[in-house]
Amino acid sequence: MAVEDKLETEREVPAVPTSARALTVVPLKYPGRWVLAIVILVLLALLVRAFVVADIDYAAVVEYLTVPGILEGVRNTLLLLLLSMALGLVLGVLTAVMRQSPNPVLRWVGGGYVWLFRGTPLLVQLLIWFNLAIIFNTFTIPGLVSMPMNTLMTPFLAALLGLGINEGAYISEIVRGGILSVDHGQREAASAIGMPRAKIMRRIVLPQAMRVIIPPLGNEFIACLKFTSLAYTISFSELLHSANKIYTANFKVIELLFTVTIWYLALTTVFSVLQQMLEDRLGRSAPGSRPSFARRLRKNLALRRTA
Amino acid sequence: MSKQLIVHAEQVTKSFGDLEILKGIDLQVFRGEVLCIIGPSGSGKSTFLRCINHLEKIDGGRLSVNGSLVGYRQNGDRLYELRDKDVCRERANIGMVFQHFNLFGHKTALENVIEGPVQVKGISKKKATEQGMALLDRVGLGSRAHAYPYAMSGGQQQRVAIARALAMEPQLMLFDEPTSSLDPELVGEVLDVMKDLASSGMTMVVVTHEMGFAREVADGIVFIDNGCVVERGQPHDVLGNPQEERTRAFLSAVL
Repeated sequence: MAVEDKLETEREVPAVPTSARALTVVPLKYPGRWVLAIVILVLLALLVRAFVVADIDYAAVVEYLTVPGILEGVRNTLLLLLLSMALGLVLGVLTAVMRQSPNPVLRWVGGGYVWLFRGTPLLVQLLIWFNLAIIFNTFTIPGLVSMPMNTLMTPFLAALLGLGINEGAYISEIVRGGILSVDHGQREAASAIGMPRAKIMRRIVLPQAMRVIIPPLGNEFIACLKFTSLAYTISFSELLHSANKIYTANFKVIELLFTVTIWYLALTTVFSVLQQMLEDRLGRSAPGSRPSFARRLRKNLALRRTA
Repeated sequence: MSKQLIVHAEQVTKSFGDLEILKGIDLQVFRGEVLCIIGPSGSGKSTFLRCINHLEKIDGGRLSVNGSLVGYRQNGDRLYELRDKDVCRERANIGMVFQHFNLFGHKTALENVIEGPVQVKGISKKKATEQGMALLDRVGLGSRAHAYPYAMSGGQQQRVAIARALAMEPQLMLFDEPTSSLDPELVGEVLDVMKDLASSGMTMVVVTHEMGFAREVADGIVFIDNGCVVERGQPHDVLGNPQEERTRAFLSAVL
């Protein structure tokens, strides 16, 4: 009892003759943050200076952004990206579903596909596709087509198959994770109203897996955008290859590499924004879903205008 | 005297690995009857309920609903497993309500209710919506038709789950501890819906710990312990004057 009394008196607030309302809160100061910011600014300034004094023709960097050769590269990069991702998505979802199947044959086929294509470098896969004629020198569908593999396997097709099939293996793991994240009770409830297995997957499990799938899938999309540059090695004229064609002629190597960098950054930025908007849309049936990205953007812009 | 037999279990056994969960359950439920299954947790009562609509496969014995074997086709003395499609057709006639509601999280209350009629029975969306709204009104949730499950209380979710099961116009309703994961003040609203359902003549098998509900609504009570039916009878007999020692021990612990 005596000890408690003592503690009480020690904790007593000093008697200052002000009302509690008039007290001011003094925020804690963080001088270290200022020091850190200054150090980083100095380092950045040094870095910028190095770029400025270097022998780089910045006017050319900007100029080359929109020359036809580069624009064609951008177009080809986007085409390759979209088609590979489409192929990868189809393969990925199929494989993920196969790996959940009660049929052991399908499970093994799915597992083998992921093992093979996730376990070897994409660059090697691209080169093998491009040289497929060494193994199958003619492509034949009996009664329909028969043509030399060399004619069929253009750089574009090799790049598309290489990227798409490789993406499929990664995407299947993403989708599988999404499927596993859906509570088993959802499947039981759907079974209980008499839904067949395939429909349960399509209407109940996959839609709910989407919220878990979309963020890593966005990552995969952006990674794939950058992986398209590997098609350079099999001389498909995507963005990097187009730049290469120009700088081997005029030796503006670093300028064109900067041009290409700006394009890649711009594209990844656009896709990040699209991904955010998609996530917001899918978040509608979730608790604590925040206002959509578009709405937040409008709100922020409106605030800035009134300020 | 021709009471229609809806659920007929004969010597049903079920094991998970080496663990024998059901050790030969015999049980009958007639049309319009409400049977409550009580017993300690781990006794196998939920497993037995899940066997009735083939969410669990039985290992031995015979289990039929409304005259047709669940999940199997009998030919002579052999039972052949049915294909997924055929099992689905049988399940569509049996409604089930789960302890954790299991409402489809990406669908509103109404969408949950019409999913089965539209996707399984092939009823038009317009007609299913009309019937769905009527069912939601019946469970007192007409005004919450467009709410998502996360925005509803446990009691409301469970009532939607009951409406979802009823939307299939089942001949039999199974309830797997429907109030066990509810806050105490929400239990009443769900039991009221179930009482209403019982008085409308629905055949129901209810696994429950709600002895008050069992006493008031059930036509029969079965006490299951350790995978066996220990005692069965009228509610006032089993609950008021249990004959078996194990029943007495269980009841004195829960009442």
